[in-house]
Amino acid sequence: MTTVQDLARIKDLQLSQRRGKRVLVGLATCGVAAGAEAIRTELLAAGEKFGLSDFAFDRTGCIGLCAYEPMMEVHRQGEAPYFYVNLTPERVREIVEEDFSGGRKLDQYILGGEPLKSQLRIALRNCGVIDPDSLEDYIAQDGYLALGTVLSTMKRPDIVDVIKRSGLRGRGGGGFPTGLKWEFTAKAPGDHKYVICNADEGDPGAFMDRSILEGDPHAVIEAMAIAAYAVGASEGYIYVRAEYPLAVDRLNRAIAQAEEMGLLGEGIMGSEFSFHLHLKLGSGAFVCGEETALIASIEGQRGMPRPRPPFPASKGLWGKPTLINNVETFANVPTIIRNGADWFAAIGTDKSKGTKVFALGGNINKTGLVEVPMGTRLREVVYDIGGGLPGGKAFKAAQTGGPSGGCIPAAHIDTPIDYDSLLAIGSMMGSGGLIVIDEHACMVDVARFFLEFTVDESCGKCPPCRVGTRRMLQVLERITAGQGTEEDIVKLKDLAEGMKLGSLCGLGQSAPNPVMSTLRYFEDEYYAHVREKRCPAGVCTAITKYWIDPEKCRGCTLCVKVCPVSAITGKVKEIHEIERDACISCGACQEKCPFDAISRR
Amino acid sequence: MTEIRVKIDNVTYTAPEGVTILEIARANGVEVPTLCYHPKLSIVGACRMCVVEVAGSRGLMTACSTVAVDGMEVNTRTDAVVKSRRNVLELLLSDHPMECLTCEAAGKCSLQKYAYEYSVTGATYQAEPRDHDLDSSNPFYLRDMRMCITCGQCVRVCDEIVGASALGFSERGDRTFVGPAFGHNITDTTCVSCGSCVDFCPTTALTSTHGRNRLRTANIRKVTTTCGYCGVGCQINLLVDRNEILGVEPVEGPANDGFLCVKGKYGFNFVNHPDRLKTPLVRRNGQLVEASWDEALELVARKFSSIIDQHGRQSIMSLSSARCTNEENYLMQKLFRAVIGNNNIDHCARL
Amino acid sequence: MTNSIAEVKENDVLFLIGTNTAENHPVIWYQMVRALRKGAKLIVADPRETIPARRADMFLQLRPGTNIALINGIIHVIISEGLYDAAYVEANTTGFVELSRAVAAYTPDYVSQITSVPAELIVSAARTYAAGERAGVYYAMGITQHSTGVDTVQALSNLALIMGNIGKEFSGLNPLRGQSNVQGACDMGALPNVFPGYQSVDNPEIIEKFERAWGVKLSSQRGVRATEVGEAVGKGDIRALYIMGENIMVSDPDVAHVEKALKSLDFLVVQDIFLTETAALADVVLPAACFAEKDGTFTNTERRVQRLVKAVDAPGQARADWEIISELIRRLGHDAPYSGPEDIMREIAALTPQYGGIAYPRISRVGLQWPCPDEDHPGTRYLHSKGIARGKGLVMPVQHAEAQELTDADYPLILTTGRIIYHYHTRSMTGRVEGLHELAPQSFVEISPATAEQFSVEDGETVSVSSRRGTIETTARVTPRIKDGVVFIPFHFAQGNANVLTNVALDPVAQIPELKVAAVRICPATAK
Repeated sequence: MTTVQDLARIKDLQLSQRRGKRVLVGLATCGVAAGAEAIRTELLAAGEKFGLSDFAFDRTGCIGLCAYEPMMEVHRQGEAPYFYVNLTPERVREIVEEDFSGGRKLDQYILGGEPLKSQLRIALRNCGVIDPDSLEDYIAQDGYLALGTVLSTMKRPDIVDVIKRSGLRGRGGGGFPTGLKWEFTAKAPGDHKYVICNADEGDPGAFMDRSILEGDPHAVIEAMAIAAYAVGASEGYIYVRAEYPLAVDRLNRAIAQAEEMGLLGEGIMGSEFSFHLHLKLGSGAFVCGEETALIASIEGQRGMPRPRPPFPASKGLWGKPTLINNVETFANVPTIIRNGADWFAAIGTDKSKGTKVFALGGNINKTGLVEVPMGTRLREVVYDIGGGLPGGKAFKAAQTGGPSGGCIPAAHIDTPIDYDSLLAIGSMMGSGGLIVIDEHACMVDVARFFLEFTVDESCGKCPPCRVGTRRMLQVLERITAGQGTEEDIVKLKDLAEGMKLGSLCGLGQSAPNPVMSTLRYFEDEYYAHVREKRCPAGVCTAITKYWIDPEKCRGCTLCVKVCPVSAITGKVKEIHEIERDACISCGACQEKCPFDAISRR
Repeated sequence: MTEIRVKIDNVTYTAPEGVTILEIARANGVEVPTLCYHPKLSIVGACRMCVVEVAGSRGLMTACSTVAVDGMEVNTRTDAVVKSRRNVLELLLSDHPMECLTCEAAGKCSLQKYAYEYSVTGATYQAEPRDHDLDSSNPFYLRDMRMCITCGQCVRVCDEIVGASALGFSERGDRTFVGPAFGHNITDTTCVSCGSCVDFCPTTALTSTHGRNRLRTANIRKVTTTCGYCGVGCQINLLVDRNEILGVEPVEGPANDGFLCVKGKYGFNFVNHPDRLKTPLVRRNGQLVEASWDEALELVARKFSSIIDQHGRQSIMSLSSARCTNEENYLMQKLFRAVIGNNNIDHCARL
Repeated sequence: MTNSIAEVKENDVLFLIGTNTAENHPVIWYQMVRALRKGAKLIVADPRETIPARRADMFLQLRPGTNIALINGIIHVIISEGLYDAAYVEANTTGFVELSRAVAAYTPDYVSQITSVPAELIVSAARTYAAGERAGVYYAMGITQHSTGVDTVQALSNLALIMGNIGKEFSGLNPLRGQSNVQGACDMGALPNVFPGYQSVDNPEIIEKFERAWGVKLSSQRGVRATEVGEAVGKGDIRALYIMGENIMVSDPDVAHVEKALKSLDFLVVQDIFLTETAALADVVLPAACFAEKDGTFTNTERRVQRLVKAVDAPGQARADWEIISELIRRLGHDAPYSGPEDIMREIAALTPQYGGIAYPRISRVGLQWPCPDEDHPGTRYLHSKGIARGKGLVMPVQHAEAQELTDADYPLILTTGRIIYHYHTRSMTGRVEGLHELAPQSFVEISPATAEQFSVEDGETVSVSSRRGTIETTARVTPRIKDGVVFIPFHFAQGNANVLTNVALDPVAQIPELKVAAVRICPATAK
């Protein structure tokens, strides 16, 4: 059994043992994929070689700077920490010798500027800071103090009240007030209740939840225990994708540690409260992120959504009242309990409190994970934090909310990012995917891409989504192939309305969003495709044609050589010609031509 | 029980607490279309045809799954409702094979009925029909998944009522289809050939093999009677064309509640079997040969009389039948007790 | 059944013993499936792992012939743990003290030795049944076709009575009857000892009532039972037999014995829809109409009298059985003033108290459940609601007794028989439905892998199965779903007929043959 006093003792012990010099290697999936394990091995070997016994070489979770993996953060007492980035084993040896042993910083490998500028880390507070496999490390950051506090000093309704007053809203995409969900579940009659953590992160390009689970698993466990206590549940499930093996591994370890320390199981921290937590692995169906489909999946049924009402709060897992929150939502909870509702409510905007984690991707320099206060402007995220677009290309749009979301055009780049502002401009917060699109993208093609995704991921239960997504994709394919008509655009709008009205779950209701928002802001591109049979961005190869300007062509044969399908004819010093039927519109010739003689129409 | 008042299309109805909008509507004759709903099966809200507008709710609600509450105001035919239903029908018909002319279900097909009512042809988003082979592995019914609208009634009746769970959904999105797991043939599953799935199918994805191309004709008579097999006493309709039974459909009898087993549903064709006895037979020179009723009955009467004369009234016995009617068993025991003059009557109750 | 079929889905505990409901009464099984979906607990006792057994919370795979021991064991646990309904027992039953004394010896361990069911399972089955608020017991021929069949039903009755599970909606004792009108045939007095409505032939008042009604003198001497036919024929007491719609050459035990009896008769009349194995031996064969070709009524297993409505004409000259019998009555010099079955039902109603209120107009849409004594009575959904029929419920201890035929070195295996879903009785109907024949074309013997190995039997091969009465060839079906040392053969098939092997040992009261237990041996046909 662990008490609040024990927590304080463990924290003190842990901090006192911490050495003055610490090097943290980011070992989340992205870091590992970039070779961070080899880096740490090298680091340990080099450390031993140079006898650096005063250094601790620790592992940590995701630091959030994906573009710079593998990387390590160097802490020295009394100094600002700094990052060595884009590491290779050779560089590590060099750094150990020069810096750690010799005391000379290698500035060429250090990430300049303020890497975490403009960010405010609440959900990610421990990611990249603690060793996720160490319960003591978590406790040293005041972990489980919130749980101890609620168990020893708070009444159940008071806990719900704190969450309500904090203004926390669901971070999985829906944005429903978390406190209300807790209240409904707490008040639902039932002898057995459940708490579920939705860790079925499915948006393409999103990895906020994975990073939290890999970097700070105990935060989620602690929050679930608090929630369970608050709503009167005694059993919980974390539904996590099987494609997240590292997260699963760390969660399993963390649950075992918590059970061993009496932070999970029977009579938690000496109270009457018991909470048993299980992991349930999903097999990667996007729709299982929908709460009722997720529940069906845990029950062993095919993952298909069920109509609501009844909502899970009254009839959820096995027909019992069930609280479902997303990983990031839970990750906020212990901090809110420790710092109070007012502290949290002071961050963000009027109706969107706290921070939001975004997975920044697409045509942007610093891809990675960022956490910013609600209300931060998109421009700030793209340019100040993300470092702008590569090659100085122009920002065309940002896609948020994944396949359920929409595009924010350049005209709205100063929109503050919060739930309601995004909805107002036809997008949505979603779970936090943020994909930057540059001027070379075709927006019809972007819409087609997302529809392809929903066609594959529709569960097949209700006709508007099952058949509607396919028909919509077929229309988009016609348009991008240059076979569309103006009537097709009307059909898209009609279909979108029908799907939105009739679909059973959020997947189907929001599946037309990528189409609707691109139609809203880039309608001219659609019309270029159907009226002029032209793709302005030159992405849709079927209607993109290349021409050689006989005036400019010097007959250098460079284009002839580069054409992968031998569609260009012409001898040296003769004017070249593109064979229309053979050309696949790849654009290689245009890129190669030194005389700017090849144009696209 | 608490009563609630619910307004549907501006008419107020009272209903017991806990019932759904659809149940109130149907109980009061308000038409709400459904494809996946069946009162005996769990509610899945899949087909989206029963959407209605509920005042104060975000978006349309499915009447089948929404429990009515006191004071609720429901509209079943707003523009949004009709638009949503028409969209569902357009999509369902977009890849549905247009074979109504020769389709076994024509006339009783729910999809056809609603297409007619909502004037939807499926032409708007027309696409190629899905590619599925006809499964004729079961001797009693055919599975044509091209015709399937994925309402799942067959899956549920097989699981929730029959207990066989032989069917399920495979694949995802518009490739979703109903069938046995792992692409097995239906005969390799726990299917018990009861045909409940066929009876529940609102289209012609599942049809009985027997009587095809004949059951749609106008001269089919339905005769309600009791199944002749086990002692459950299921009520059935015999589907009769002139003097031939072409099929059986379940009736909601008190014992069977609208369900049948394989024998009740498909075990009728012995009636037309050429082996049926058509004339009396008497044994002559060791051989059974055809005889007239007069000859045969006269022979029986004469023989019985002479055996009684020779050996007494106790020397004849009857084995009556647990497969004959009450009236026939009554007459048989009366024949023996009142006419032959003994109690030598029994039957196979013990076998 | 003391309850109605519609009540089954409301059970919270279902105890199935000696019934493979999923195959023999599928539509009642559907009701059970619905109860299970609502969370009901299922206890199944059967030597085979039947479909219900696979869904069971507790599957008691007992040795055939040990039903009484198992039930007594369950009663033992209920009494010793004080789980019985003491108030009900006190108010409504007699004989409880004797029962508790009698079952004292049936401890779970002792019962486990007899039945080979693990003791813990017996205990948990007892607790589960006792915990049911709406516990239904269901049984069929697996209980009754034993030399101890009547005692076994008494044992079940004891179990239900001490829990007060009789005379209640949803709780009761429910035999599932295998044939469309077996209930009605009994109700109508097609029995050697009773007139219609179970009115005894040795009661002078009853005799007088029927003599007045029929205008003839009647015999008060109990008649010959079906199971006694062979013997009576052998002794020359019975000279002629009039068989209506029965195929005893397949359905009765020890078929060789049956054939001998039929062949030694002076005169055999068989009335049927097909030339069955039995009809082939007849002197006169009368062609009958089938269920779809005539009007009338059937009484189902829940005592509901329902209409049969003529849908098609019978083939050729075939006639309804009632027409044929009427004509025979006339030819034997008596009146048969019936223009149709409705007339006959009027006479039945006048003479049968339970059917007093049954009339065709009343049952044209929905049948009525007897007792229905008069035309205003709504019928009776469940029995004994106003107390047990004979006053207080009699709890009467019964003891386990071994089957009449036990295994030995020559016949080391137990044969048990039953039906399969695709066929009905002797297949005279289902064997002629192409699809049913296709799904289940031939006889088979189920044998466990261990037993098969012991007797060098391979799955799918032709085997020879012998008992003291005969030998058949059939196909081996090796399956883990049957208990070691037990084999199962369906009795439907004339080829590979299980009833060549079965034993004619009878229950002393009900005269039911012990079809569920016979000693046999098995070997590959080639090794014979």
